[in-house]
Amino acid sequence: MDFSLSPEVVEFRDEIRRIVREFVTPEIADRMHTTGVFDAPELNLELGRRGILERACPGLGKGDPIEMYVMFNELEKAGAPYDGLAVALMIAAVVNKLGTDEQKERIIPSIISGEALVCMGYSEADFGSDVASIKTRAVKDGDEWVINGSKMWTTLAQVAEWLILLTRTDLDLPKHKGLTMFILPMNTPGITVEPVHTLGTEITNATWYDDVRVGDEAVLGGENNGWRTMTTVLAFERGVMGGTNAGVPLLRHFHEWAVANGVFNEPTTRERMARSVIDMQVATLLTMRSAWIASSGGMPGLEGSMTKVFAVEAYQRASRWTQATAGPAGLLQFHEEGAAGEGFVEYDARHSPVMSIYGGTTEINRNNIAERHLGLPKSR
Amino acid sequence: MSVDLGLSPDQESIAELFDGFFNNEAPPAVARAAEPLGFDRDLWNKVIELGAPGMGSAPENGGGGASLGDLVVVAETVGRSIAPVPLVDHLAALSLLTDGDLVAGEAIAAVAVRPADANGVWSLVPAGAVADVVIGIDGHETVVVRSTPPMSGPRNHGSMPLADRSAREGTRTVLGPASLFDTVLDRWKLLTAAALVGIADAAKELGVNYVKEREQFGVPVGSFQAVQHGLADLPVAIDGGRLLTHKAAWALDNVTDGLIDWANNDITDGPALATMSLLFAADAAVMATDRSLHYHGGYGFAEEYDIQMYYRRARGWSLILDDPTTVSLSLADRLFGSVEG
Repeated sequence: MDFSLSPEVVEFRDEIRRIVREFVTPEIADRMHTTGVFDAPELNLELGRRGILERACPGLGKGDPIEMYVMFNELEKAGAPYDGLAVALMIAAVVNKLGTDEQKERIIPSIISGEALVCMGYSEADFGSDVASIKTRAVKDGDEWVINGSKMWTTLAQVAEWLILLTRTDLDLPKHKGLTMFILPMNTPGITVEPVHTLGTEITNATWYDDVRVGDEAVLGGENNGWRTMTTVLAFERGVMGGTNAGVPLLRHFHEWAVANGVFNEPTTRERMARSVIDMQVATLLTMRSAWIASSGGMPGLEGSMTKVFAVEAYQRASRWTQATAGPAGLLQFHEEGAAGEGFVEYDARHSPVMSIYGGTTEINRNNIAERHLGLPKSR
Repeated sequence: MSVDLGLSPDQESIAELFDGFFNNEAPPAVARAAEPLGFDRDLWNKVIELGAPGMGSAPENGGGGASLGDLVVVAETVGRSIAPVPLVDHLAALSLLTDGDLVAGEAIAAVAVRPADANGVWSLVPAGAVADVVIGIDGHETVVVRSTPPMSGPRNHGSMPLADRSAREGTRTVLGPASLFDTVLDRWKLLTAAALVGIADAAKELGVNYVKEREQFGVPVGSFQAVQHGLADLPVAIDGGRLLTHKAAWALDNVTDGLIDWANNDITDGPALATMSLLFAADAAVMATDRSLHYHGGYGFAEEYDIQMYYRRARGWSLILDDPTTVSLSLADRLFGSVEG
């Protein structure tokens, strides 16, 4: 095996590191946590302006496909807000893979320039893991589709330009088969956005669709082919677009505090820290494997499930012990005097629980591994 | 130079060759029959015929010139089969030893993983019961001692051929300062880690196969989600451990002055990675054998089932160096700098 990045990829990584140093300021982190919007438009635009988003986007990229992993890994390790970029690039990749030429021309440039974000309407109030049972309907009316229903966890809907929306188009087909995916502008009449405040500071949304009218140009990946479109998106998400090294900035913040407060010489702290460093390294190797599989032309769906199960629990372990070790200082929030890791220790304890839920719960991922990797019978 | 996380075609062949060899020559019954000593001379003789003892040695010394990545593949097959031969210890010891009989495997070498005590005794040397040559630290020096192996030792959890050996009695050669031994110990940690990945992999297979066949309530127990989820963690830990051992091998083979930038999760320092892989693979093997034994129900506890042999070796091989806390603290010193410093 070879674990070295090629000289071109190293150059690409160093360019991202330079941009991160310039654009990911404490003010940006602060803004994330006061606005609840985990996105930095100035960072996106700079990455777009330098052609990095185009280069990193799977299928579009002119560089080594491993660069997408490299980009998100650098952003995540730096503590940059990258959630918006991750969804946007995922959707650009899917439009590129499954969209019509017209859709590619209309949608992709707005994303890879860093100007437009995309929000995802999959889950509904009553359907999370069982997403194939969603009820939001799209009905053909002449040349148009009329969409009615509601979605939950439509993160970034308040700032996104595009919406990707999973609907039911055929009630007679089995539940996975009667679905159609749409991609439409968020300013289409009939869409309402209501904020949902979360434990982890991020503000997500509930969205409503009342007689939203779009044409066939909004169908992504074909009528009644929505399940495949969605699994294609998920295969891009699970594993390589961040979400697997969230513990790295936490360990850095904790370490600064622990050294300054004389806690870092404690053997228990050092042992736990060493163990978490091992966890983070394994998480990044599993992520790199997914990226490598993707770069060799494969779809790392199963490997992504494996990576996510491990990486999320590693982050949650790190969050638990760092907060416990910090004691009362681990309870103090951003900007409070004496807060461990400048408040990140407390913040990560609130943020880490969501990681084993979104993008596929740990239980769904374990089902996946049990059935597809171990060959055990379907358990439900 | 570019990321490639697959085995090379050569390594695929090595894995196939050794897995096939151990499947044929060392099914679990062989390990069982070799207990409690944990050594089978006939099997070692077949390992010699395969050219395995010298495969990591330099060609000019009569060896096969295999990379550490290749040896990791071999060590994993040793773990998968729990073959009662000290191949891991021997391959590690030969990073500094070039004697012809060792390269050929006619004599067996072992690594004294902990320094000799004040009386010059290396305690509980892995493979010490059967090794003709032991390499280790005595005082401030790295020494090699050739003496007659006891061919017996204390009965132990992992049915390993352990024995106390003298660092002073026998034909003793001083190789250099104690620091010279680092390269031997790094290699021993790495190859032991790979063997533990193999144990975890075999335990996973045993468990998965068992729950597919064993029925309760009229269905295979492997159809219950509680069982499935316990098993689903195993391939994750195994793949993680395998990637980490291969990264450590790659770093030890190719990187000088590697990075220890843990704050950016950028680590290419071979010695740190070797210790990391041992700690991680030990946990993986312990977890895999715990769960697999548990999902065997009462039969897992029965001696006639093979899983208990893996269960004991997972602990034996991972604790023989030292307790994991001590190993973690030595890793912490390397990663973060020592407390004194």
